[in-house]
Formats: sequence, C-alpha cells, structure tokens
Amino acid sequence: MTAQTTMMDGNTAVAHVAYRVNEVCAIFPITPSSPMAELTDDWSAQGIKNIWGIVPVVQEMQAEGGAAGCVHGSLQSGALTTTFTASQGLMLMLPNMYKIAGELTPTVFHIAARALAAATSSIFGDHQDIMAARGTGFAILGAASVQEGHDLALVAQAATLEARVPFIHFTDGFRTSHEYNKITLLSEDQIRAMIDNDRVAEHRQRALSPEHPVIRGTWQNPDTYFQSRERVNPYYAKTPDIVQVKMDQLAELCGRKYSLFRYDGPNDAERVVVCMGSGAAVVRKTAAWLQRRGEKVGTLQVLLYRPFDRERFLKMLPPGVKSIAVLDRTKEPGAAFEPLHADVIGVLADALSSGRLERMPRVIGGRYGLSSKDFSPGMAKAVFDELAKPSPKNGFTVGIIDDVMQTGLDYDRTLDIEGDDVVRALFFGLGADGTVGANKNSAKILGDRPDGYAQGYFEYDSHKSGGATISHLRFGKAPIEAPYLIRHANFVACHKFGFVNKLDMLSSALPGATFLLNSPYGPDDVWNQLPRPVQRQIVDKNLRFFVIDASDVALRLGLGPRVNTVLQTCFFHLAKVMPETEAIDAIKHSIEKDYAKKSQAIVKMNNAAVDAALAALHEVKVPAQISSTRDLPPIVPASAPAFVRNVTGEIMAGRGDDIPVSHFPADGTFPVGTTRYEKRNIAVEVPIWDPDLCIHCGQCSIVCPHSVIRAKAYDAKALEGASAGFKSAPANVRGYPDARFTLQFYIEDCTGCGLCVENCPAHSPTDSNTRAINMGEKLPILEQERRNIAFFETLPEVERSRLNLGTVRGVQFAQPLFEFSGACAGCGEAPYLKLVSQLFGDRMQVANATGCSAIFVGNTPAHAWAADANGRGVAWANSLFEDNAEFGLGYRLAIDKQTEIARDLLAKLAPSVGPHLANAILSADQKTESDFAHQRSRVAALKDKLAQLQTDEAKRLLTVADYFVRRSIWIIGGDGWAYDIGYGGLDHVLAQGRDVNVLVLDTEVYSNTGGQASKATPLGASAKFAAAGKRIPRKDLALQAISYGYVYVAQIAMGANSEHALLALREAEAYPGPSLILAYSHCIAHGIEMRLGMKQQARATASGYWPLFRFDPTMRKAGLNPFRLDSTRPRIPLEDYAYREIRYKTLTRSNPEGAAEMLKQAQAALDERYCVYEDLASRDGSRFLPHWEDATE
Amino acid sequence: MDLRTRYLGLELKHPIVASASSLTRSLDDICRLADAGASAVVMASVFEEQVVAEELREAFLLEEGAETQGEASGYFPERPDDHRGLLDAHLETLRLAAERAGVPIIASLNGASQQGWVAFARRLEQAGASAIELNVYRVPADPRETGESVEASYLEIVRAVKAQVHVPVAVKLAPYFSSPGNMALRLVEAGADGIVMFSRFYEPDIDLQSLTARSDLELSTASEARLPLTWVALLAGRLDAALAAGSGIESHEEVVKYLLVGADVVMTASSLLRHGPEHMGTLVRGLETWMTSRGFGSIGDLRGRLAVSRRHADPAAFMRAQYYEILSHCWAAPSSTAPALQARPDHRRL
Repeated sequence: MTAQTTMMDGNTAVAHVAYRVNEVCAIFPITPSSPMAELTDDWSAQGIKNIWGIVPVVQEMQAEGGAAGCVHGSLQSGALTTTFTASQGLMLMLPNMYKIAGELTPTVFHIAARALAAATSSIFGDHQDIMAARGTGFAILGAASVQEGHDLALVAQAATLEARVPFIHFTDGFRTSHEYNKITLLSEDQIRAMIDNDRVAEHRQRALSPEHPVIRGTWQNPDTYFQSRERVNPYYAKTPDIVQVKMDQLAELCGRKYSLFRYDGPNDAERVVVCMGSGAAVVRKTAAWLQRRGEKVGTLQVLLYRPFDRERFLKMLPPGVKSIAVLDRTKEPGAAFEPLHADVIGVLADALSSGRLERMPRVIGGRYGLSSKDFSPGMAKAVFDELAKPSPKNGFTVGIIDDVMQTGLDYDRTLDIEGDDVVRALFFGLGADGTVGANKNSAKILGDRPDGYAQGYFEYDSHKSGGATISHLRFGKAPIEAPYLIRHANFVACHKFGFVNKLDMLSSALPGATFLLNSPYGPDDVWNQLPRPVQRQIVDKNLRFFVIDASDVALRLGLGPRVNTVLQTCFFHLAKVMPETEAIDAIKHSIEKDYAKKSQAIVKMNNAAVDAALAALHEVKVPAQISSTRDLPPIVPASAPAFVRNVTGEIMAGRGDDIPVSHFPADGTFPVGTTRYEKRNIAVEVPIWDPDLCIHCGQCSIVCPHSVIRAKAYDAKALEGASAGFKSAPANVRGYPDARFTLQFYIEDCTGCGLCVENCPAHSPTDSNTRAINMGEKLPILEQERRNIAFFETLPEVERSRLNLGTVRGVQFAQPLFEFSGACAGCGEAPYLKLVSQLFGDRMQVANATGCSAIFVGNTPAHAWAADANGRGVAWANSLFEDNAEFGLGYRLAIDKQTEIARDLLAKLAPSVGPHLANAILSADQKTESDFAHQRSRVAALKDKLAQLQTDEAKRLLTVADYFVRRSIWIIGGDGWAYDIGYGGLDHVLAQGRDVNVLVLDTEVYSNTGGQASKATPLGASAKFAAAGKRIPRKDLALQAISYGYVYVAQIAMGANSEHALLALREAEAYPGPSLILAYSHCIAHGIEMRLGMKQQARATASGYWPLFRFDPTMRKAGLNPFRLDSTRPRIPLEDYAYREIRYKTLTRSNPEGAAEMLKQAQAALDERYCVYEDLASRDGSRFLPHWEDATE
Repeated sequence: MDLRTRYLGLELKHPIVASASSLTRSLDDICRLADAGASAVVMASVFEEQVVAEELREAFLLEEGAETQGEASGYFPERPDDHRGLLDAHLETLRLAAERAGVPIIASLNGASQQGWVAFARRLEQAGASAIELNVYRVPADPRETGESVEASYLEIVRAVKAQVHVPVAVKLAPYFSSPGNMALRLVEAGADGIVMFSRFYEPDIDLQSLTARSDLELSTASEARLPLTWVALLAGRLDAALAAGSGIESHEEVVKYLLVGADVVMTASSLLRHGPEHMGTLVRGLETWMTSRGFGSIGDLRGRLAVSRRHADPAAFMRAQYYEILSHCWAAPSSTAPALQARPDHRRL
C-alpha cells in the first residue's frame, strides 16, 4: 500500500492524529489553536470515528481553565482525553496541569505555541507559553514542521500512555500551525499499531470507580508531601527512553526517523546552533548552505525538551564543537539565561565538572522570532557568523534593531539560500477577494501531483475589513522545508491596484521575475499610472509585466469582488508550474468540488471566469525609462506628532520590522487617536450628502460604525473662507436664525458599508430611491472632499453644555472619541462604542475584554479611542479575556479611594485654597455637561492654588485633584466574555454594588475567533461548536442580573430604537450602582448583508426575540415598577427575523426537519420568555426586590 | 359515492387537489394537507431565478470575511457533506413527501431559462414527482415582443421538457392570449398532458407613502371563478388532455361548478390559506353531500354536464349571446357596502 500524501496545515495535521487517539476533547477557542478544536468538533459532528471505532465527544467549555478541569475529570474517569490551546489559554490550564502531571495521568495537550500578553499582546507564535508551562511536570515535545507535527502528535500519545507522564506537544503558532505543506498521512493502521491497548486498559483501570474505590488528590503535611512529590521521579527518568522507543517504532512503521535530539552537520563541526521548533529548520537549511561553502557548522534540534535527556544531548554534539549558540524563541525577563540556553549550559557544565566532557565549548544564547517575527536564513547565518567571532555576543537578539542594549546581531537581509528548483510566488490580495483561498487551492493542486511539492503561508492584516493579505507560495519537485517568508520571488501578483501606491511589493521580486497586476488600466495605459518606485523596480529588475482587469471580469460574471478564480488562472498560465490544460482542469475540478453541492450557478460562474481570464490578460511593453514623477504618498502627514511619524506611520507603511527598540514605549503605553492617520481608502462607493433633502435627524451618524459622519452646527459667518463646494444647509435651531448645518463624510475612512443610507429616513418626495444620503463613486469627489474635511475641521465643535445629549438629533453634534476603527464594514458593535464615547468620552475609562472590540480599537498602530481638542478622551486598557469585570472593578476601587483621599485633603486644605472653592468642589452636582464644565474649571482653579501652596498636603492633593471630576467607568466586552469565560467575575462585580457600567456587545458568538458558540448563541442557530444548531435557548443574562434587584439592567438594540439605546446608556451611567447593558450587535458571523444590519436589529425586536427593556432600581424606591418593557409585543413571527440570517437558514439546507423543529422550539422559547417579561412589566412596584434595603427605613 | 377521477394519468380518490402555495412547501404542511383529505398536492413552485439568487446569496455570505484576518479563517462551521443548495432542499422535501404523504405529489416549476426548465424538470422527476406542472410566468414587458413569439416560447418549453422527462406534464396557463383555446390546443399538440386554468398574475400595487411598487399577495375570491369557469366550459371535451381548474374556490359550490363545466380536477390554494389545511375536508364533504342530495352517484355523472361542447353546436355564438344577456339584464350599480375581506395580518412589512 502506498502512503497517502496530502496538503494540509499544521493544525489539521495534529488534530488528525489527536482525534483518532482520544475519546473526549474539552475545548475552548483561542488563536492560533482554534482550528484544531473546530476540526475535531466538525469531525465529531460528521460521525467520523477514532481508531477504536467510536466517535469522540467534543465539549466546548466556558474557558481554558474549565477545559483543563474537564480534561482532568475525564482522565480521572478513564477516558482518553485531550485539549488544544495556546498562550494565555495554556496559562489558565497551569493549575490543573500540575495536578494531572502529579497524578501521573497520560494525556497530550496540543499547543499552537504563541506569545504571551505582557505590555502588549500578540496572537502570533513563539515559545513563551510552553516555556511558562515547563515547570508543570508535563513532558514537552516540539515539532519543526507540518509533517513533524503530525508524526510527533502520535509519538506523544504513544509515549504518554507508556510513561504515564502527560505531554505538551507543540507546533509553532501560525508558522507551523497555519502553514500548508505536503505531508504523508499516517494510516489508521499505523496509528493503531503505535497505541498499546494494554496501556489504555491500564489507564482505564486506574480510573476512579465505585467498584474499586480509591481516594486521589489528598492533602498532605510537612511530614509527607515532599516524599510524595519525589515519588514520580522514576517515571520521568524513563520517559526519554520511552519516547525514543516510540520514535523508533514509528520509523519502522512509516520510515520517518526521529530522535530526541537531531543533529545535522559534519562530525567535525566546530560551531553548532541549538534550536527548537520551526526555527531549527531554518538553521539547518542555512547550515547546509554554509557547509557547501566549506564551513564547519552544524544544527542541533531539540525535539523532547522535557524531560531533558542530558546524556543523549551530549552524545549528539559533535566531539570537536568549539562554540554553541542556543536560540530561544522566548523571553524571561530577569533570568540569567533564557530557558533552553540555561539547560544547555547546565548540562555542559555538569559534564565538564564530572569529567565526561574534556573541554567546555563557548556557549552563547540569544532570542529570535518572538510573535512570529520572521526568522530568515540571513539571521541564522548571522548567528553562525557570531559564533566565529573571538568575542561573540551573549544574550543577543537577532531580527531586530536593538539600539537600547545593543543586543542585536547584524544580518544580511538579502541572503538567498534557495535554488532555482523552487518557484517562489507572492500574492498581495485584499481581505475579501478570495486570494488566500485560491492560493491554498493552487498549493493543493500542485502539491497533490505525484511529483509535486508545495508550501503555502499566509500573512494577514489585523483589520477586520479591507485589510491586505500576503500569500507566500513555494512549489518544487522535492519536499519544501523553508519556514520563513519569501523575500526573493519569481512571481509577484498584486490583486488590488491601489496597493501599488501603498505597499512595496516588488522589493521581493527577483531579477527577471513576473509581475501580474490586477488593473483597471489596460496594457497601454497602466505604465503612466504607476508611481516612480514601482516603475523603477520593473525597469531595473527587468520584470515581465502583465495586467488584467480581473475586477471587471469578475463583476461581469456576477462574482462581485471575488477576483480569485480569474487571477488563479493567470498565475498558472504565467508561472508555468504545470501544463496549462491540466491546471485549468484542476481548477475547474476544485470549483466543482467546492460548489457543486451548494450551487450549480456558482460553478458555472467560476468556470466562466476561468475561461474568460486569459483573454483579458495582456503583457505590458515596459519602456526602457521610468517616466513617473510621482513617489509613494506619505502615510502620515508631516504635521503629525513625532511618535506618529516615526513609529505609527512606519508601522502603517509596513516597515515595522525596521523600527529600533528605543522608539518603543517601555511599558506598552501608546498614544490614542492614531486611526485618523491611516486613511485606508478601502471603499469604492461612499455616502454622499444631499443637504436639500436632509432633515438633520442624526440617524445616519448614530449608526455609522466608523465615525465617518460628523455633524456641526455653526454660525453662517464661519462659512467665510469655505472651500468652494463645501456643503451646508440652514440649521433648524431655535434662537439662532443664522445657524448652518453641515454633515461631513470622512470618505477616506469610510468602509462603504451603507448602514447610513439604509437608516436615512429622508426620502425624496418625488423619487423614493433618492434619500438625503446616497452611495456614489468616491474617486470623482475625493479631492473636493479632502478640501471640505480640511475646512470642516476648522469649524468649532458645538460646546457640550449646549447639546441635548438626550436625543439622537442632539448627540450627532457631540464629537466621537472613537473613530475609524478596524472593525468589519457595517459592524454592529462599533456604533455603541462610538455612542458612549460621544456621551461620556472625555471622562471615560474603559476596561475592555479581549475580543473583537479590543482588537479593532487597540491593534497597534491603529488606536481608535481618541482625545478631544482639550486633550481629554478615553483612557483604555485590556487586561485579559477572563478578568475584564474584575479589572474594571479595580478601576472603580482605585478611583473611589483616590477620590476619598482628595476629598479628605481638600477638606483639610479648605482654609488655604478658599472655603468657597473647596465647598463648591466637594458638593458639586455632576450630572449634566454644564456641571462637568463648571467642576473642571473649579478643579483648574484649585490646581493653580495648590501649585502656589508648596506644602506636602497640597502636593499630594495635586496628584489626585483630577478625581474631583466624576469618572465614568465602562467595562466592555462581548458575549464570549460576559456569558462564558468572564461570567463568574462579571457576576461578582455586579454583586458588589459599586458604580460600574458594563456594556455587553452581544453578537451571540465568539466573533473574534471566528464564530464559535457561546452561551448567548440562540436556539436553532448554527455556530462553530454547534454546527448542527444550538439546542437550548440562550442564557438570560439580563434576568440573572435583575434578580439582584439593585443592578440597573437594560437590553437595547440601536437598529430597533436608537432613542431607547441612548436613554438606557445615559440612565445606566447616571445610576450610582452597577449597570449592565446588553446591546444587540449584528455581526458578520450571523450571515447577513451588513448594510441591512440595523433593519435586522429592528426585526429581532419586532419578533419579540430581542425585546427592549430597562430595569431601573431607582424606580422601585419611588414605589414604581422598575421594569419597563419598551418595545411592542411581537409583531412578526421569529421565522421572519431568523431566516434572513445564514446562521439559522443554513440548517434548513442540511437538516430541514431538524431546522423546522428547532424553529418551533425557538418560537416557543421566545413566547415563554416574552411572557416572563410581560409579567414583570405588569407587576406592582412593591413586588420587586430588594426589600432588605427598606428594613432600615 | 364514487368520487374518483383521473388527472394526468393519475388515479385520484376525488377531484379536489391542493394547488401550489406557501402551504405546500414544507413536508409538514404537505402531510397535513394529505391527512386533511387532499387527493393530490401540487408542491410549491420552484422558481429558477430564486433558487439561483438564493444560493448565490448564501454562498457569498458564508464566505464573507473568510481568510481576511489571522484569528478566523471563516465565521461559519464547516458545512457538513449533506449541506445542499436551495433546490436540493426542495427536492429532498419532494422526495420525502412522495414517500410519506400517501397521495400523488405534483411538482410545480417556474423556470427562467430554457436550460433551467429542462434541468430542473429532470431533477424534479428524479426526486419522485408523480407529474410536473409547468408554471409559465412570463410577462412580455417589451412592447416589441409579439404574441406569436410569446406563444412560441411556451410551446418550446413544453417540447423541451417533454423530450427529457417521462412523467406527465401539465401547463398552468394564464388567460391572456388572443385565443386561449388555441393556445391550449397547441400546447397539447406540443406534448402537454394537461392544462391548468389559470395562473394568476400578481400585479404590483403602488405604495403612495414610499412611491414604490408594492407586491403583496391577494388571495383569490369566489368572483374570480368566472373566467376559468368559462374557459373550462369552452374547452372541456375538446382537448386531448386533462383539465384542471382553479381560482376562487371558497366552498364546495365552486367545486361543483367547475366539475359541471368539465374539469377533471379542481385546485385550490386561497381557501386553504384562508381557512387552514383542514378546509380540504370541508370541501370534500361538501361535494359529497351536495352530490348525494342531488342524486349523483359518481363524478363521471356530474362532470361536463354544462360543458359547452356537450350543449351547443356553436360555442362562440353561445358566448356572444350570453354576453348580450348579461349586459342587457344584469348591469347593476356596485354595492357601496361591499364587505372588506378579512386580511391576514401582514407580517412582511416592517
């Protein structure tokens, strides 16, 4: 039987094995390990069986801590159990891991190793997480490639059963977990042969059972704990041998040989680099290149890191090694050495002191590749070069410019060690255009050929809309082991014309390479549209240059923005990596495979795109001379602050890798409001204002997720000097006859989502298709609007104390201090954030749970929270996913305490600062905007006085005087946080009675990690981990909070009633206790046209699915019913709301009967819940808790 | 009492058939209708354009946001292998209905392209339809298009479908032809096994608030029975095909009238939508009671008694004479107090 080869990514390769050798998987999504959990869930849902013929059960938990606990319990009850996680998720598992290891319980945790959140967070890969788990007692086995991940997953499982020591098996997050490569699959028989069923039986026998009861996990005292702890040692001593035996057994079965340490290089190597994970492959390839040039260098890859087998390590080292560099992909601040470095030094020193080693080689250590920082052959060579120096640097870094501690090694950025036998292709795509999917497909087509090998790696932008993707594809006739980005490409494709003005794509092109550009300009016109640097590189590198208007082809065929099929066909035609007819057949075959079951129409359209592609492809006759005078436009204006120019702007320009260490803040503190410099220009069509039709209602600006719509009312005199074409209309403001009104659209920041147009109520009386805002092409108005925006910004903001912030109309004039975030086009969460920033932004402090809202506001360099002209704005921080409520409560405690300190000090200092001022500050009412304005001026006066006093107490009061202005504390997160991982903390914080405002942006799924079910996911909707539809109704978090009696609770939906949303937010903020607001947030994961998101919100409310209500405890004090049901009784059946969303609708396709049953149940659940609300709303006010409060009266 | 009849070669236990409507879309509703006594069910129409548009929408929405950022390769679970397009879901319902309902299931098809008519018809046949009703809904919006070309397109559809499927094929016809009888005749010559009279065009209304065209469903009323009644009367016995009549069936009385003028079966949707599927039983019992009270022993005794072909040598002259009669004797002022129809709550507009 020939072995089956296939293209897959690291996560799939690992999960494939893990699924087959386990019975229970307890999971929780976290990047980059989520796909492993999702795959096992999919397979379980499809009834795929493990090697014993049973379908494993996959249980989503509320958190990684919960998953670990569940794994622990399952293991103690005899099932073969696993989990998948990364980063902070692994940190949450640590307490249980000590227990699981201490109890000698066989299990494998599969980790896609990832950076840890410190001063800043990152989803990308390094070894900080697994290194933090190295004390748990888990063995640690690390893979360097997709194939190794696949094979070692099995070795780990076989070994853990034998050794009883639990294993961490890891691949490098993203670099390996998300790399596509060709692997040879282990057959079911091979997997079966590796697992010893006797050992499985022993595991079951050790499980807890009332049939032969034991007690495990007892509590011990100083007399016995120590001995117990030492009792495990023999098991650890045996583990390395066991792993090697299993590796050898695997080699016999499949021919792939592994050892605990792998040495590559000559026996007489003098310089050796020790490395773990995918970096080892880079070092190995570079060393081979150096060896061919006569250098005596070798590579030692650590596969089994814990338990560390000292003897085998020593044996693997070439005898004459003179110097060793140990590379750690981690950071342990303050440690003498990074962990692997320390281990190597320790082992060598021990060997030397015990006489087994004659001479101590020089050992240096260094860090590389944190957060998936690319680790290239140039960097690996720099390490070997360093080892050759008489005094090599110790504690070095490679890959960054460290101008603070000078740790950095210089390296050759242009070093290319790859031969001509590998075709290297780079594709620059726009998020939504299907480029990545097409490239995965191309890699599969080429990799699936018997003699073909392929590798695909994909870089993503962190923006959720309009971001760029870069696909790195290699093709060849031999296995491809090159876990680093392509910097030397034979083929470069740009799938979005606008990138020529933004990204330096051709710096990676090799001389003579092919450049394919998706261009609205034809072969005769395109040259003059290119900026100078692009022209120069085309000429200097003698590139072959092709254009195609793929967007036009796709549009004509009904494919919308999906240019992938067209460009994929062109790639195969130009790159000549396989016979063209065969390639076209393969593309059409995959189209058939992907779409035949879903839609024949799509199959036809894509096939037509394949057929139409080559006719539209043209070679450009490249002139001998460059002619353009246009350079790339600057990313940020020269007027921007220095930090924005030197750091923010450089990151935006894609040159973040080159920014030296000293330019960064030491503690992760960054300026707010940097999104305004981005000007991403991602929309083709933007809203255009018609002042004649506009009724100034504010309905457009309130729903705009990106704060692109700004309104100002001002005196007509201010229009003097306005740019020609600046739009305004008479403002209907009583008492100001000359007032003008302008609605300004920041079209360069607009995503073109269309929510505003859909929400505009002002139709033309003569043409219902025309409203006061209409979508129109951006390019023709761009220059004019830039001038308009520049003038608009000179107009004064309306003073906050003059605004009526109780109406949608009034609030549009309040400056949003949240703008231009990276959220999805049409995002349902962002409008709420903008609204709270308009209401409370200048005195607002936010605790933000990890999730979409944390990512799209706080992904460096684009920070969406902003400050006003006075420098006041939103102060924001993200602690973790699970602790956000507690984090926010911490804010409150600190602020309350410091306010108290300030009040005490001021009372003492009243005679010195003036009793009148002191009294005014201490007794100030702080409810309205004018209250705040007055208090601020009093505090300013106080500070002036304090500055003159020079006493210790005055100085102390100065440090806390700002607390006299009442601060608005907002605890913000999604339903994944509030309903699941953070629920315990949220519940606790609500129960403290402190004045915090909790805003839950409820999308009913884990949006950020790709739509996994949460406890907010509704009955009948499908989501990841609930693919067949959720079978129970969502948790009623509102009722749970209402049960406390003293929590202000509101359920809002801006699209159903924006005035109600506004009212609830203001009431919540004013309420001097805990407030909880559940905000319906439509989401891309619902499967709707986002343009219609607000209408869908209205349907959610109209159906009674999302009734609007407020529970205001202050009402009860007044003898009234605190529960107000603010929306009408259900007016449409649930179906009319739900079946407009793919998450519900998709089940009617796969399981029509089940879908119908779930819809009925969902309607019944809705009816029941609505009855409860109606009962509440119609109760007498005296029938509400808490009455204990009255007992003192 | 023998209520049996034949339609499109199918032996039916009585002549009242549930015609295509939203009530014949789900397996549940189809089974309810069959349980309530329908002798056959015409399943809700498959609209080719709708199928294509809906499948595209779903496929595109499912891919929205996929592969754009590192944390999520997509936002929906991997679709299981049994995930199907809209048409497949319809076919699955048809298959199950054919298996479980216990009465013949006639599929209804509303194509948009020649290719679509044929391809969809074949798949309906494969899924187990007892017969196929071609619901040709074609508005010649281009004034340059001639009646001849419209007619030719009808005939072409019938020929193409008949060449590819083996189950009987009926054509649901609109009344708007210069010579509906001739059209019916030519359709039968082209291969149609039955003619259904008539399909109702849902002409849009105008919304004066938004100044847009508004399409909403108006259920048919008893007065609309007149037109099909006339044409069934004129054509019964003169076509080599089965005749089905619909529109305006409120009670057994209209059923009896259609049978009297020669219909093989009577089809109703509006009354079922208005009164629920159980109304089917009421109609059947009403027919039976009426026949008993008038001494009819079988449908055969009743059918076609008032068909023009059986009573008048010159049907055209008869029609003119009737027209004259109506104009001279029956012209009356419309009642100003005509009772408004009880409309169902309109859930579709927000």
